[in-house]
Amino acid sequence: MKRFLALSISILLLFTILVGCKADSGQDVGEPEEEVVEESTEPAEEETAEDEVGGRIILSTTTSTQDSGLLDYILPVFEEKYGIEVDVVAVGTGKALQMGRDGDADILLVHAKESEEEFVAEGYGKARFDVMYNDFILVGPKDDPLKLKEKFPKDILGGLKTIAENEFTFVSRGDDSGTHKKELSIWKEAQIEPAGDWYLEAGSGMGDVLKITDEKQGYTISDRATYLNMRDELDLDIIIEGDENLFNQYGIIPINPEAFDDDVKGRINEEGAQIFLDWILSDEAQELIGEYGVEEFGMPLFVPNAK
Amino acid sequence: MDYILEGFREALKLLISFDKEVYDIITLSLFVSTTATIIASLICIPLGIHLGLKEFKGKRAFSRILYTSMSVPSVIVGLVVAIALSRRGPLGGLNLLYTPKAMIIAQTLLVTPLILGLTYSLSKNRGKEIEKVGTSLGAGRGDIIVLTIKELKLDLLVNVVTAFSRAISEVGAVMIVGGNIKNRTRVITTTISMMNSMGDYPMAIALGLVLLLMSFVINSLIYTYSGED
Repeated sequence: MKRFLALSISILLLFTILVGCKADSGQDVGEPEEEVVEESTEPAEEETAEDEVGGRIILSTTTSTQDSGLLDYILPVFEEKYGIEVDVVAVGTGKALQMGRDGDADILLVHAKESEEEFVAEGYGKARFDVMYNDFILVGPKDDPLKLKEKFPKDILGGLKTIAENEFTFVSRGDDSGTHKKELSIWKEAQIEPAGDWYLEAGSGMGDVLKITDEKQGYTISDRATYLNMRDELDLDIIIEGDENLFNQYGIIPINPEAFDDDVKGRINEEGAQIFLDWILSDEAQELIGEYGVEEFGMPLFVPNAK
Repeated sequence: MDYILEGFREALKLLISFDKEVYDIITLSLFVSTTATIIASLICIPLGIHLGLKEFKGKRAFSRILYTSMSVPSVIVGLVVAIALSRRGPLGGLNLLYTPKAMIIAQTLLVTPLILGLTYSLSKNRGKEIEKVGTSLGAGRGDIIVLTIKELKLDLLVNVVTAFSRAISEVGAVMIVGGNIKNRTRVITTTISMMNSMGDYPMAIALGLVLLLMSFVINSLIYTYSGED
C-alpha cells in the first residue's frame, strides 16, 4: 500500500514538472517578469541565436493593450502567418521603457509620446512609429454627484477643476504608466496640483483602479477599452468624453541592438522585431485593429493611424 | 549592471535619510501583520490546545483538513475577503474594502489555520503529559489550557513568529483587499511589486532589504532565546 502511494505521488510530481515546463513556453502572463529574466540568462544565447532566428519576440507593452483584449485578437493572425511567437509582457509604460533600456524586450508598444521620443533619442530605440490611438474618458458614479455630465460633457479641464474644488474622491493610477502620465498632463493643463485626502494614488493597473473607483464611488480617468470591457461589473458611467486632451497615441519602437554590449546584443531578436513592425503598420493589421471591438461594444476601441 | 548598484546606493540613501514614505510603509506593514497575528493567536492558541488534547470523533480527518488549510494560498484568502467586502458583497455595508482593516481581516484569516494547526499539533504531541499532571493535581479544563500554554510557551512563540513571517511576507492578499493605495494601504510587499512594475528599483531594493533584515532579526532572537533554554 505504502509503495503504491509513493509511486503514485512520484508520478504525479513528474507529471506536474512536465506540464509546468510545457506551460512555460506559452503565453504565461501571470509571471511575466520571471520568464523574461530566465530567458535572458543562459539558454537564450545558444538556442534562439542559432535554431530559431525569428522564432520568438518579446513585446513589451502596456497593460491597456493586453487588458482590452486587442492583442489576443490580432496576435494569433501574425503568429500564424510568420510562425513567430510573440511573448507579451504587459506592464506600465515606465517599466516597458525600462525593459527596453535593460535589453529585456525586442520591441515596445507604448503610449507616452514624450518618453518614447526621449527613449529613441537616447539610442535604445531605432525609431518610433504611430500605430493607432484610443481615447480616455472620465468615469464616475452613475448618479454623478457633481453633475459634471450636465456642466462639462466635453470639457475635461472644467470637470477636473470641479472635482478638485469640491475635493471629491478621485482615483489615480499612480503607477507611472502611460495612462498615469496622461492623467498628470491633463491636471497640469488644468493648472491644478492634485494632492490631498481626496486624491487616491492606487499604484495599480487600470482594472484595479476602476474597481477601487467603483468601491469608493469616486471619479477616475480610464482608457475606453478597459472600461467597456468591465462596465457590466461596475456602477460607473462615462461622464466626460471627446475632449481632445483625452486622445492617446500609441507608438511602436523596435529596440536598437547597437545600444548594448555584445552579450546583450546577441539576445535581441532584431529580425523578428522588424517583421512584426512591418506587419503592424501594414494595411492588414491596421484593418484588424480598426475592427476590434465593433462586434462586442458597437464601437471600435482603437483607431488605426499608421502612416 | 550599473542600475543595480545605483539601486542599492539610492536604497541606502532612502533608509539612512529616514524617508517618510518608506518608513510609513514599513510601519503600516508591521501594524497590519502584527495585529493580524495577535488576533489569530488569541483565538487559535487556546482553541488549538483544547482540540489537540480532546479526543473526538473524526479527529484524524480533522487533522488532515487542518494541516491542508495551513498552506492556503494568500491570493485565495484575498479573493474571498474581497468578494465578501465588496460593495455588492454580503458585507459591503461595512465599507471596508481598500482599507487597512480589510488587510488585517485578510491576514488574520490567512494565519489562523497556520497558528491553529501548529498549536494543535504541538498540544497533540506534547500536551498529554501536561494534561496528566494537571488532572492529577485536580485542575479543570481552563486551568489545563493555561498550564499547557505556560509549559509550551517557547514553542508557541516560535509558532507565532512563523505566522507573523508568513503574514508580513505575503503579497497576494493585501494587494487584492488593500489596493496598494498611496499613504493608505501600501505595505512593503505591495510596494516592491509595484515599484518593479514601474521599473523603479531603489525603493524596491530599500524595502526588500528592510524585509530581509526584519526576518533576520526576528529569527536570531528566537534562536538565541531557544538556545538558552
